[in-house]
Amino acid sequence: MNDFELHQLISRVPYAQTLGIQVGSESDCFLLPTKKSNIGNPTLPALHGGAIAGFMELSAMMYVLRHSNSEKIPKVVDFAVDYVRAGKYVTTHSRCKLVYLGRRMINVSISAWQEDEVAPIAMARAQFLVKE
Amino acid sequence: MALDFEELLRFVDTVLAGNEGDHFTTLGIRLEYVERHRVGMSMPYSDTLIGDPDTGVIHGGAITALLDTCCGFAAATVLDDLAMTPTIDLRIDYMRAATPGQTVYADAEVYRVTESVIFARALAHHGDRETPIASAVGNFFSMELALFADMRREFRAEQKLKKSGQKSRGSDNE
Repeated sequence: MNDFELHQLISRVPYAQTLGIQVGSESDCFLLPTKKSNIGNPTLPALHGGAIAGFMELSAMMYVLRHSNSEKIPKVVDFAVDYVRAGKYVTTHSRCKLVYLGRRMINVSISAWQEDEVAPIAMARAQFLVKE
Repeated sequence: MALDFEELLRFVDTVLAGNEGDHFTTLGIRLEYVERHRVGMSMPYSDTLIGDPDTGVIHGGAITALLDTCCGFAAATVLDDLAMTPTIDLRIDYMRAATPGQTVYADAEVYRVTESVIFARALAHHGDRETPIASAVGNFFSMELALFADMRREFRAEQKLKKSGQKSRGSDNE
């Protein structure tokens, strides 16, 4: 899927619109600009951990589509996330890495960071099932 | 000090519904029950949560957020006072797609409490736990209660204000 098709898909996926995910300039990157509806703690303020996880999961999904010929949304089998720093109310970035590309299973690792990529706020991995 | 469960219930309700437009109200997460070690929540079907426009199935990320929230508050039920328990890590297994149009329920339980870490797990389903949509297991940080002193003070002051406001409205009617 090329970037134009990916943009089109994002505009058709309501959950992607709800979070406000955007395609990054690098082919393995995505970003999440600040949006009030992603706040979990209004006092700090901090992003909801679920919004961060959702962003990372969606990033992995978009990444799989961006790097495959399939137009079908891949099925996520499992997703695991380690939170290491609080998500501040600033733009969040994600970078995906293809760990394994098989005929049936695809494994993607995802890191999310804000100001500095070497200080991630969360690390995750996702396993997808692809069916012909 | 023992945790006041009625107060905890009001606290969870305030976090879930008190800030219109935040991530909790955006997802529409509601509290079903709170007891020691256990919390139940629900998330009604909403078009804004759809992850696959062809099928109308909601995105896994919304279910992840629901299970994270439910496990997190289950962890908070084992503390001695009101406080938050940040997520250390979380794993979600998706067993079947959620059915479009149906409410997703989550039941979380704490299965081990240590000095610094609270271990919790949860199930997401449509009302029948025997046919789960997803399961989650997560670890939560049990921090010093003193760190949440300001948060408790603020919450209690608001509750007091709310109570006195209800009382004075009540006397107006008399």
